[in-house]
Amino acid sequence: MATEPALTAPETISPIFGRLTLDWIPYHEPILVGTFAGIVLGGIAVVALMTYFRLWVPLWRDWLTSVDHKKIGIMYMILGFVMFIRGFADALMMRAQQALAAGGSEGYLPPHHFDQVFTAHGVIMIFFVAMAFVTGIMNYVMPQQIGARDVAFPFLNNFSFWMTVAGALLVNVSLFIGEFARVGWLAFPPLSGSAFSHGPGVDYYLWSLQIAGVGTTLSGVNLIATIFKMRAKGMKLFDMPVFTWTTLCTNVLIVAAFPVLTATLTMLTLDRYLGFHFFTNDMGGNSMMYINLIWIWGHPEVYILILPIFGVFSEIVSTFSGKPLFGYKTMVWATACIMVLSFVVWLHHFFTMGSGANVNAFFGITTMIIAVPTGVKIFNWLFTMYKGRVRFEVPMLWTTGFIVTFTIGGMTGVLLAVPPVDFQLHNTLFLIAHFHNVIIGGVVFGVYAAVTFWWPKAFGFKLDDKWGRRSFWFWFVGFYFAFMPLYALGLMGVTRRLNAYMDQAWQIYFVVAAFGAVLIACGIACGFINFAYSIINRKKLACGPDPWDARTLEWATQSPPAPYNFPENIVVHGRDEWWRMKQNGFKWSTNYQPIHMPNSTSTGIVLAAGALVFGFAMVWYIWWLAAISLLGCIGYAIAHTFNYDRDHWIPASVVAATERKGEPA
Amino acid sequence: MTMLDTPLTGVVEGPAGPDAHPDHHHESATPIGFWIYLMSDCIIFATLFATYAVLGYNYAGGPAPHDLFEPGFVAIETALLLFSSITFGVAMLKAEGGNLNATTLWLVITGIFGLGFIGMEIYEFRHLIHIGAGPERSGFLSAFFLLVGTHGLHVTGGLIWLVTLIVQLRLRGLIPANMQRLSTLSMFWHFLDLVWIGVFSFVYLVRLI
Repeated sequence: MATEPALTAPETISPIFGRLTLDWIPYHEPILVGTFAGIVLGGIAVVALMTYFRLWVPLWRDWLTSVDHKKIGIMYMILGFVMFIRGFADALMMRAQQALAAGGSEGYLPPHHFDQVFTAHGVIMIFFVAMAFVTGIMNYVMPQQIGARDVAFPFLNNFSFWMTVAGALLVNVSLFIGEFARVGWLAFPPLSGSAFSHGPGVDYYLWSLQIAGVGTTLSGVNLIATIFKMRAKGMKLFDMPVFTWTTLCTNVLIVAAFPVLTATLTMLTLDRYLGFHFFTNDMGGNSMMYINLIWIWGHPEVYILILPIFGVFSEIVSTFSGKPLFGYKTMVWATACIMVLSFVVWLHHFFTMGSGANVNAFFGITTMIIAVPTGVKIFNWLFTMYKGRVRFEVPMLWTTGFIVTFTIGGMTGVLLAVPPVDFQLHNTLFLIAHFHNVIIGGVVFGVYAAVTFWWPKAFGFKLDDKWGRRSFWFWFVGFYFAFMPLYALGLMGVTRRLNAYMDQAWQIYFVVAAFGAVLIACGIACGFINFAYSIINRKKLACGPDPWDARTLEWATQSPPAPYNFPENIVVHGRDEWWRMKQNGFKWSTNYQPIHMPNSTSTGIVLAAGALVFGFAMVWYIWWLAAISLLGCIGYAIAHTFNYDRDHWIPASVVAATERKGEPA
Repeated sequence: MTMLDTPLTGVVEGPAGPDAHPDHHHESATPIGFWIYLMSDCIIFATLFATYAVLGYNYAGGPAPHDLFEPGFVAIETALLLFSSITFGVAMLKAEGGNLNATTLWLVITGIFGLGFIGMEIYEFRHLIHIGAGPERSGFLSAFFLLVGTHGLHVTGGLIWLVTLIVQLRLRGLIPANMQRLSTLSMFWHFLDLVWIGVFSFVYLVRLI
């Protein structure tokens, strides 16, 4: 995050290094040097430990090149948590800055640095934390819920994951080489055009999102095909668990919305690199078209994040209430309605564009209508709990915390849907409080709930109860401390993205918000301590394959499941199939058959590495490297298609041995 | 779309499998997967068409469609691509009939038509840039170059795929895996034809009336 040398000196482009010069290495910024040193030291420690314990070969063979949907799902979760640390560090920096920079004080972050921090925070939290989490959960759980052995295209799944990683890495490279964008998480032009953002920051933004976007879109294609083609025999669409339904709707949204993002970012890229005029102020460009297009992607995106989480809560509520979900069909239809409606509300993000009362009224009304199916869901969860034998385990705690918090966030959303109100609150901290209210209260709580719920499935032991409760209460209380003051500030007219302000009456609210952020930090710490503590005490926390007495098929397998998930083909008779199987005293047949499975491949990671190099070269105008890496990727992908030997059989004897090992002693 | 091969059938079969499990019914997920991919591609094109609709009249004092487009030229271009769809269809029929050489021949003819199309497009782009009507001239031309260029890039990708597949057909013959690839490429090729009909109508034709 160097200051911008390009502004002071005319830019020269070297044939070898493009526009990359030593001035772009921020060795004079103590915060960044410290971070860099920490990462290097940590990295060396990890490398040393890995070498000492001889883990490199197993890591490569069993994880990085694996096409097993469960391992890819777990790797998505790891990516999400790592990027979460980065994104949350940004959040703490912003909260500290705003708590300090009142009444003429400038705080500790110079504006150009503060601007990068809020941009990076938004980009990372949405694209590489929330997206990684929901994709990870969908990947891990959905194939097992439908009784499948893997996704429809296992190699594609591996490739999608590594493209997401490549995008995430490119964002982080910008921390130490050059700078990140200073234009807000959606990079509105003309600010993000070359006339006003000359440096590499916006280019880092564009290429990292394009690379990750390829992965996301293909993953969407993959999961839809999986649901349509890989369901166990007998499982009709209306027999699918609700989480599978929400996964289906989410991936329909991904496939329908992400191409718009791809096209829009391509246009901005062409404006910046080749002097096109899509979004420029002159020569027939139209910057409001960018705002429209990006929100045509952006609004479905928020439902891409929350719909799978609605599915998570549905599974948890019915499991811990010991009842089938109340109103299964209304839940499915509510999800489908949200899926469709999410495409006709995008303009509520910029009522202030000035498109007139009629247009604003239309989008205001559609936005309010979305609250109806969402309300249906809330009532379904409540009625599921009603008269159930509710067990307040940790996942259920997150669920109740979600229902309360999300309802508040939903109501402030309906407030913002009223155009005249929005004219007052547009781009204020009220908006910031609203969307954090639904994203933290919804997505983040849901991810913690999902991790706690499915952790025993993935690893064969539960997470510790005490640390789970501590994490929840810190998060829950911390959230209210951190964001309720922002509602108040927003009503007082405080706009977002202020690096300093004069009115000292605001400061106390920012200080309270910073205190809330510290509480959340404790909640995050408790979460990580929980992982470490539970892994160390895994013998004590060990549990059977179905520790929550759950209802859906993923609990029919061993914990952790065998690579092939199910030792025999399942025939499904209705909803909550595993519950029915348990009632009937189901036993796996011991007449094992060989099982057909896909081979691991390094192609995904190699192609993604090539894409990362390509992105870096494009950011810095290193044209020769860009050409080589692009041609290399295409050539490698073509060569990959000449490999027809992509699957193997697991012999019946191996299946039998695996199943015996997994049996409870 | 070389990524989308060899889907997992997810069934227990093999030496003792299919007979022991006569009920298994999973067929390949590739056709539906590729359809879904094409729909996502369709939305990219939809976005570009919408952009052309919004910016298509922003000439910024520069040339307008009737200054630039020649109906005869575009008609020939269109004919090349439409014929290539027919020849691909013939190649598919030959492949169904198990005739490898005829399949190859018709695929080569398809490729030649495709190359002709791309050649004409490159010529048109070069010409426009040469006379000062490049994409940086106006919003209208930016939108034009991106929409038509994206289609051209797809056809180029299809040609690379076509060449690759011809090599694979010669190496391994009309095995089921190759038949799958052939029909997938065929879907892609016809899809591009369909998109071009949109380009021809909305980019060229209606703007010349």
